[in-house]
Amino acid sequence: MTHATRPLIAALVAFLLLIPALPAHANDALRAVVAQNMDQIEKPSRRTVGPLIDQIAATGAEGVALLGAWADRRLGLSTDGRVLIVDGDIVTDAVTGAPVPGADPKMLRPNSGVRGVIESALVASQISDPDPAIRSAALESIARSGTADHLAALTAAAADPDPTLQARRDRLRTLLTIQHDDDSATRIAAIESLGGDVGLDFRAVLNPLLSTRQIAATAPPEGANIARELSPGDDALSRNAAYDLLKAQGIAQPRLTADAQRDALAAHIADGAVGGIPVADLSDPAARDRAYKALEATGQVTPAATEAEAQAAIDAHRFYEVYAEPDSAVTDAATAAQRSAQTRLLAMRGVDLGLDALSLASIYFLAAIGLAITFGVMGVINMAHGEFIMMGAYTGYVVQGLISDRTLSLIVALPAAFAVTFIAGVALYRLVIRHLAKRPLETLLATFGVSIALQQLAKNIFGTQARPLTAPGWLEGAITVNDVISISTIRVAIFVLAVLFLGLFLFIMKRTRLGLEVRAVTQNPGMAASMGINPDRIAMMTFGLGSGIAGIAGVAIGLFAQVTSELGQQYIVQSFMTVVVGGVGNIWGTLAGAGLIGVLSKVIESFNPSNTLAAQTFMILFIVIFIQFRPRGIIPQRGRAAEA
Amino acid sequence: MTRKPLILRNPSILIVLAVLAGFTLTVTLLSQAYGSGVIPTSMIKVLGKTLCLALAAVAMDLVWGYLGILSLGQMAFFALGGYMIGQWLMYARTEAIVAASMAQNPIPPTPAELQTGVANQIFGVVGSSDLPLVWSFAHSLPIQLALVVLVPGVLALVFGWLAFRSRVNGVYLSILTQAMTLALALWLFQNDSGFRGNNGLSGLQNIPGLEGVGQARLSVWFLWASALALGVAYLLAAWVISGKFGSVVRAIRDDETRVRFLGYPVEGFKLAVFTLAAMMTAIAGALYYPQAGIINPAELAPIASIYLAVWVAIGGRGRLYGAIIGAVVVSLLSSWFTGGRAPAIELPFYSVNWVDWWQVLLGVAFVLVTLFAPRGIAGIVDWLGGVMPPRRHGRDLGPDQGALQEQEAKA
Amino acid sequence: MRRAERVMIMTKFTKILMMTSAMAMAGAAHAQDGEPIKIGVLHSLSGTMAISETTLKDTVLMMVEQQNAKGGVLGRPLEAVVVDPASDWPLFAEKARELLTVSEVDAIFGCWTSVSRKSVLPVIEELNGLLFYPVQYEGEESSKNVIYTGAAPNQQAIPAVDYMAEELGVEKWALLGTDYVYPRTTNNILESYLKENGLAEDEIFVNYTPFGHSDWSKIVADVVALGADGKKVGVVSTINGDANVGFYKELAAAGVSADDIPVMAFSVGEEELSGLDTANLVGHLAAWNYFQTAESDENTAFIEEWQKFTDESRVTNDPMEATMIGFNAWVAAVEKAGTTDVDPVLDAIVGVEVPNLTGGTAQVLPNHHLTKPVLIGEIREDGQFDIVSQTEPVPGDAWTDFLPESAVLDADWPGKDCGMYNTETESCVQVQSNY
Repeated sequence: MTHATRPLIAALVAFLLLIPALPAHANDALRAVVAQNMDQIEKPSRRTVGPLIDQIAATGAEGVALLGAWADRRLGLSTDGRVLIVDGDIVTDAVTGAPVPGADPKMLRPNSGVRGVIESALVASQISDPDPAIRSAALESIARSGTADHLAALTAAAADPDPTLQARRDRLRTLLTIQHDDDSATRIAAIESLGGDVGLDFRAVLNPLLSTRQIAATAPPEGANIARELSPGDDALSRNAAYDLLKAQGIAQPRLTADAQRDALAAHIADGAVGGIPVADLSDPAARDRAYKALEATGQVTPAATEAEAQAAIDAHRFYEVYAEPDSAVTDAATAAQRSAQTRLLAMRGVDLGLDALSLASIYFLAAIGLAITFGVMGVINMAHGEFIMMGAYTGYVVQGLISDRTLSLIVALPAAFAVTFIAGVALYRLVIRHLAKRPLETLLATFGVSIALQQLAKNIFGTQARPLTAPGWLEGAITVNDVISISTIRVAIFVLAVLFLGLFLFIMKRTRLGLEVRAVTQNPGMAASMGINPDRIAMMTFGLGSGIAGIAGVAIGLFAQVTSELGQQYIVQSFMTVVVGGVGNIWGTLAGAGLIGVLSKVIESFNPSNTLAAQTFMILFIVIFIQFRPRGIIPQRGRAAEA
Repeated sequence: MTRKPLILRNPSILIVLAVLAGFTLTVTLLSQAYGSGVIPTSMIKVLGKTLCLALAAVAMDLVWGYLGILSLGQMAFFALGGYMIGQWLMYARTEAIVAASMAQNPIPPTPAELQTGVANQIFGVVGSSDLPLVWSFAHSLPIQLALVVLVPGVLALVFGWLAFRSRVNGVYLSILTQAMTLALALWLFQNDSGFRGNNGLSGLQNIPGLEGVGQARLSVWFLWASALALGVAYLLAAWVISGKFGSVVRAIRDDETRVRFLGYPVEGFKLAVFTLAAMMTAIAGALYYPQAGIINPAELAPIASIYLAVWVAIGGRGRLYGAIIGAVVVSLLSSWFTGGRAPAIELPFYSVNWVDWWQVLLGVAFVLVTLFAPRGIAGIVDWLGGVMPPRRHGRDLGPDQGALQEQEAKA
Repeated sequence: MRRAERVMIMTKFTKILMMTSAMAMAGAAHAQDGEPIKIGVLHSLSGTMAISETTLKDTVLMMVEQQNAKGGVLGRPLEAVVVDPASDWPLFAEKARELLTVSEVDAIFGCWTSVSRKSVLPVIEELNGLLFYPVQYEGEESSKNVIYTGAAPNQQAIPAVDYMAEELGVEKWALLGTDYVYPRTTNNILESYLKENGLAEDEIFVNYTPFGHSDWSKIVADVVALGADGKKVGVVSTINGDANVGFYKELAAAGVSADDIPVMAFSVGEEELSGLDTANLVGHLAAWNYFQTAESDENTAFIEEWQKFTDESRVTNDPMEATMIGFNAWVAAVEKAGTTDVDPVLDAIVGVEVPNLTGGTAQVLPNHHLTKPVLIGEIREDGQFDIVSQTEPVPGDAWTDFLPESAVLDADWPGKDCGMYNTETESCVQVQSNY
């Protein structure tokens, strides 16, 4: 609808108002408000829509119903300019409540800012709604944008039958009291009641109370709530910053910048010279200074502030940090509350970082565990290992396409991924690796060839775009201890999976016949063969097992990250690092390697949160250097095997 | 006893140099600038770049085929060489532009203003206006030329010294070299490192001071330079691997421990060859990127170094001409197949589009070469020349696990 | 699994069939007489960028086919020369030279990433070619030989940030991007714009991650923690490609809804969303100059043509619209100039006005950028966007006003014959572009 037609429609609506044959219960006040504000209803803006919403809400139940529909994007405009509420197939006129059959309304799409304002207006009536879901949503809405009105509504509302909702409501009321109550004693009591709390909402209330600004003055400002006095030159306020503050307050003159000097000189060129200095010489900064001095002397330019003047100005003033909150008792209480939470907050941040590190370590471990078997135990290097991870992830995607129930598809996908990559592993071993026994460099290169081919095959089959692999509902969301410590469920599941595989690996190696034979073959293939073990078969099975585990790791990684043909490539170098850093031939070494890399990455990342790439770079650099000094890893292999 | 000169002992050197000279002459006579114009300038650039890749492959063969180190980080040196020359190319070109622009101002610029202007031009696109410390010498061609060999040389020296000293060998060393190039690539990817991040250095084909020459002639000049560098490097490499030094190097490849017990400073030999190869690769890079026009960190992604190894393997490692053949054949084939010019094979049920399937073919071909033809294409030359492996009656040719087995020697 | 794979191969197979037939059709001269006019298509058909760029190649082929059905240009048929630079940046320069000197094309439609454009620039300028660049980019450039049909920062980033501040009440900003030039420059411009509007240093959090980054837990936690001082946090995301999948998944896992922390993405369109389960992303935003859901007759017709040309399930996106506009502008300029020579066409193209798909027109400006409306979309459950805001067409600004060095610069090709004109010293800084 264009601008030009809109007044026309408004007129049309006004005309319709005069037609007497209307249902008796039509809400005339609502009709008038709607008619006057068609523009706003059609293209609302968060900044200006508030008064309109209040007006509509004031017209009674129909108005509230209209607002509710508006916020849910169920409001439409008919071609003749009526406002319609669409509820599935049923379309009713918002003003009259009469059904409008066969209407094809143009749906209105208020943006989420406007929807927030509407919801906030509707909240007061929803606090006591019989439906607990609506009550919960109402509390959430208040938590997002609480006002003094909400405080009153919360205080006035009857107790909630649900104790959890009541607890949330109490907390909200305390927080709103701190922000909006008039009585400072009540506010201080509210602050103190939450002392030591590390919740994000509480900190979000405290911090604005404690926000400060810097001012310069010759004497302590009257009536201001002074946080502290600053002395220029220390960490909080450098001398330059102090001078900038003076400039900003209009107390001091700006210093002469190189650009300003150049422009001033350019403006005073006379006969190819400035201040007696030829223009050609002015490429020298010293000559420019002399020329400017000369201009100052003749009064052609205003003298700029010199360094000494600047210092004098700074010394003549005192600098204060002033709270925005005028009441010093409140700020004192807030400072105390903040301080008491500080240590806990710091500790919790540490715990959260630790959880992140643990999660990353378990991902690396899961990606590397298959490699720990093929490379670590058997000494066969397989550069296509990453592509096995990728194959597992794609298997998960394909299974999810066939089975729509996500839990079931995950249950099917895990063994399917194992089977697919097991077969691929065995095939790779039979066809390539067996023929290159004892030639590790050739094995490395040949498996690279396989890796290149597999990657391109995946691209040809699935395309280069990321494919969706979505976790079932019970793996969505996060386990949240409080606002600081939280970890997504899927990462916990990966951790559990990693621990399971560690157990499985140990069980197979230490408790089964296969494990015994594997150990025998790796220690002395000749001797093992003479004991009736078929080394070739054992090697093949072990290789298949390692590859199969890579497939399962692929499903797990695909659940939290993206499934692309380059998925494996991202993990292959890190996986090898994990095995090598940990120490070859020992699962505990791989665990230690993954732990070291996980913790290290996260710690480096926390030093410089704005540059994740730097963290990765330094991590790899560290590993490169680490291996130079401990070439056999954290847990080195001992004995004769180490010399092989 | 007087020894025969190097060239007489290795007639292959003469053949390679003659082929190279003939090739250069032919291309020149068919070029747009100096001849009939049958070969367009873009093709001359491709050929010139291929010669640089062949030079890198020769260095790779030196390290892998003769010293036995499968270095998966050679492209790091290649790209470093390119970055070093790229710094000067970019700085000098920009400086000329900025100086010309500032000359129009009423007041001549100070050196500081000029530098700020240059920095603004180069780094404005990545949101900075300070010249990073690593660009301190970018204004000087001689220094940057020296850095082309010095920076990769020192990197190889330090990395090699650390690695060889702690006896990191075989597969471990390969992975470590790969980690090195990955770390370097990630570092260059960062904008903060001062090499313009992912954008890299661009416009390198415009040589400052030679604006009037035109790309048609420049491309031929670069072809000459690349051919000359390849010829000299080939001679140097052939000299290194001949004689006593070369014997020791090959002995290290076959059994490092035994050579060490014989009293040779194994680490010293390894370090010398590794560093020399790194410098040769860097020179190849410095010649390559002015022809390519742009360098960015993707050039030293681990996969690039693996391709280098693939070329050498397919061409035939342990033979310098094999490396050249591999690099030339595979890289030209690659660009033909991925260029969308190769005709698709129409099967009744599927159309094989080479853009999609070339990589698969390359991967599989590579596996097959490793399995069945460890000598690669150069094996044909051996076969023609009647070079037969010594009869060892089933014994291995070397005691080490990685040494050539009789089965392969026959292949 | 095997069945699914076969289905996949089949669709791929039919697609390839259609593509080859399309190429054959594009190449064939219809009823028109005369030598065909050649245009180059320089989009990656393999490598990492293939998924995005192949779509644009198909778009150009479709436009060529349509134009030939209409009788070609100047009475001559069009012929598209398709090459594959394989997502390899130096190869872009090589292929561009080949197109201009060997195939002798009159115009090139191509490039996606900034670095590929920077690679092609010197070649195009040296050989006086003509490139139509169809993707939103970081600005700070205006070449005589390039028509930028995508958005400059003032046509996407700045209006999007205004929208978040005005309509969503965002007071604290997290600028998350992949570490390359487009996010870097865009974030620089935004930072300086926000500071001009009175925001403090610590109210802006900037983070750069590598391509394909997958470990987002800490970054999401950092963003959530920004809310600790009681201000509404908004995320401006210039995260590229696949990395978005992990990012949005982590965001959903952390329980961050669009109402709490809205995310405004500049690089996420209809194509990217197809790799995601969008149920948890409902309400997050994207800013473009076109969405498939735009309501106009031109758009309906375009989508229909496109799905007929490729297949039913294909979506349309912003760079496709830009490609279409660029193509039509070129055709109009050629008709106007009466020749395909680059210089007359460049003279003729400034001022040309062609319809866009959102119900307005796009005009080619003297700085070789276009006028474009800015659209903000909220993600829907079906992976499409609800358009919640649409501005009048905004003229593209090559040199942003929000960085001190470029505020004084101006580009005016027909007037001053300069793409980098310093309005303070009133001189042309350089005629060629800075690459």
